[in-house]
Amino acid sequence: MNATNPIATDATRTLEHNGSQDHHVLSGAEVLLRVLEDEGVEVVFGYPGGAVLPIYDALFKRDKIRHILVRHEQAAVHAAEAYARSTGKTGVVLVTSGPGATNAVTGLVDALMDSIPVVCFAGQVPVPLIGNDAFQEADTTGITRPATKHNYLVRRPADLAATVREAFLIARTGRPGPVLVDLPKNITAGEAPYTSGQAPLHRSYRPQVEPDRAAVRRAVEAMKQARRPLFYTGGGIINSGPQASDALRRLAGMTGFPVTSTLMGLGAFPTTDRQFLGMLGMHGTYEANLATHGCDVLIALGSRFDDRVTGRVDAFSPDSFKIHADIDPSQINKIIRVDVPVVGDVGRTIAMMIEEWNADDSRPEAEDLRHWWAQIDGWRGLDSLGFTQDTAPSAIIRPQHAVRRLYEMAMATGRDTFVSTEVGQHQMWAAQHFQFDKPNRWLTSGGLGTMGYGLPAAVGAQVANPDALVIDIAGEASTLMNIQELGTIAQYRLPVKIFILNNQYMGMVRQWQELLHGSRYSESYSSALPDFVKLAESFHAKGLRATNMGELDGVIAEMLAHEGAVLADICVAQGENCYPMIPSGAAHNQMILGPEQDGKPAEITGAGRMLV
Amino acid sequence: MTTPEETQVSAVISLLVENESGVLARVIGLFSGRGYNIESLTVAPVEDLRHRSRINIVTSGTQMVIDQIKAQLSRLVPVYRVVNLTEAGPHVAREMALVKVVSTGEHRTEALRIAEAFRARAVDTTAQSFVFELTGATEKLDSFIDLMRPLGLVEVSRTGVAAIARGPQTI
Repeated sequence: MNATNPIATDATRTLEHNGSQDHHVLSGAEVLLRVLEDEGVEVVFGYPGGAVLPIYDALFKRDKIRHILVRHEQAAVHAAEAYARSTGKTGVVLVTSGPGATNAVTGLVDALMDSIPVVCFAGQVPVPLIGNDAFQEADTTGITRPATKHNYLVRRPADLAATVREAFLIARTGRPGPVLVDLPKNITAGEAPYTSGQAPLHRSYRPQVEPDRAAVRRAVEAMKQARRPLFYTGGGIINSGPQASDALRRLAGMTGFPVTSTLMGLGAFPTTDRQFLGMLGMHGTYEANLATHGCDVLIALGSRFDDRVTGRVDAFSPDSFKIHADIDPSQINKIIRVDVPVVGDVGRTIAMMIEEWNADDSRPEAEDLRHWWAQIDGWRGLDSLGFTQDTAPSAIIRPQHAVRRLYEMAMATGRDTFVSTEVGQHQMWAAQHFQFDKPNRWLTSGGLGTMGYGLPAAVGAQVANPDALVIDIAGEASTLMNIQELGTIAQYRLPVKIFILNNQYMGMVRQWQELLHGSRYSESYSSALPDFVKLAESFHAKGLRATNMGELDGVIAEMLAHEGAVLADICVAQGENCYPMIPSGAAHNQMILGPEQDGKPAEITGAGRMLV
Repeated sequence: MTTPEETQVSAVISLLVENESGVLARVIGLFSGRGYNIESLTVAPVEDLRHRSRINIVTSGTQMVIDQIKAQLSRLVPVYRVVNLTEAGPHVAREMALVKVVSTGEHRTEALRIAEAFRARAVDTTAQSFVFELTGATEKLDSFIDLMRPLGLVEVSRTGVAAIARGPQTI
């Protein structure tokens, strides 16, 4: 084909020739790839199979989009999520029908819960075979309906291009999320028109982006009268883009208000800033949780009052005037009744708050906030994340210390650093002890809590940021759930660093069993672990191990200095618990503190034990 | 004691949706997935040219749940409009029932007499049976069915509620 031919010509020719074998006529697979190029897609994470062979054939011939071959479809979605989270672009996944699609479901729900823009293309059996229980057939749109923001089954070639374009629009706009497009093989193998500029398929889709100024004004009025204010920021700020983080920093600077963040929001505000109180919620800091409990104006920005944040709902921040800015109207008053809802893009909302804040000279005097800050500093004095590490070379490594050393030594390299995690204690220790001064650097499974997220996420982040330092802070149990991705890491020579805090337990399960189930460690011991050093070597990576304090810094230094992939097995204290902790069913002022803080356990009620 | 937050209210919710494959599954999947009640549901195309269907749902829950249902439904991509008719003002909500009564003798005449009082039509008649067609508010249908029960009621088929706001305003 003449490269200078306007693309529209192809569509015209397709229609004119109506099924001829003219080389200008495009197959559905070729149309798909062209639309992906139009959407700016550079990377696809996928795994081939019968129903997507036409697409893989087109990929082979076209060679404009990079395909990363994962080892399991779940990992393809997690990698695409991390690609999206670390770049602000939309992640793209390509899987085959049946098991390919069902394997992707966990990743899709993960992206749904954490509002990550992902478009997943799944192969499907040809339209005439749908419903016949054909080989590798699954009701993919049926299965993924509650797992996606929206999904499609393309039944007519004429709908293909418009559907793919709309899938990207829906994935990245409004509250972002995963969108699945089910592609029957006859649609991708047969001819299809390459079209653009059509009317959207769904005129019903109109997310509200611009916040209501009157609502923002009411919010700012309350903020100006606040004496004990608190910003409670979430992942929505990361999703809104770097300009939202910048705006948050300005707003926090001009108001002097303290800031706490959810797990998903870490990095939107520098976690090293004096105004930052640490994460709130179940494993949040003492000062963040008591400030949440005691504040008089709570400003929720892009956060959704998740149960991990609120604890006991009827005791959540009981005396505060509540402002809630969220792009998704269904989050307003879902769990906590708020006084001023602001529906719209949170970055725009914060920018508008700054305008309204500056609109008149009235503002709380620094004097007015001084008492509040003094109270916060008093809580801070407890040092709720503090721990004592025995520094003798033979001493057992405490996991918190391992994360802190990893942070300090990673910062010393001066490299742009991205951290992914699996799910469990190590995830919370990473959130507590690793610091994030920029958005988009922290990749974790918050809402769904998917063990096995971190390793494929590191793949996605490293593909998106080839020169960056990408570390998966892992637990030995979680990481085994997607350990096959060491193959992907080897194939693409991704210099990912896997830092396993190995306590030979599903640590968080063990912790809950200790606290709630009489230390009956039912099935939470990690039996029959592999030799992680040899495992790394068998996947062509470097394997390292630290078993005591004398080895820790050397192993971290060697890991960071090595050019290729490294798996570091850090053998840590087995019985360590993650503190502070708000037990299920307890309020924010009923935290269990760690042994170093001399805490007394809050009473766990029968009702609390029922909660997860 | 029941606090105002816990009081259960009933609501008639009307949706205008894109008439496309899977849209009803999205709506009812949302109800089952989030644990909301569906007391009745009706669906039919209402604007053929614009490919739009209307779904009427009678549901119940606390006010917070009813507000959530409306917000969650509005979030679905093929949904144009969601109106809580119970909240929006006066509305008409009616349904139709087909009621089969098998009886003879006095029961049969009594059934016919009650049907006349309710303005129910006998749309099928045999020597042993009637099928009555009755349209009206849910409560009217309920009491008709209750009255037919001792008179040989054997089968009921109900449409569920179709509802529309009173006055000139539209969905």
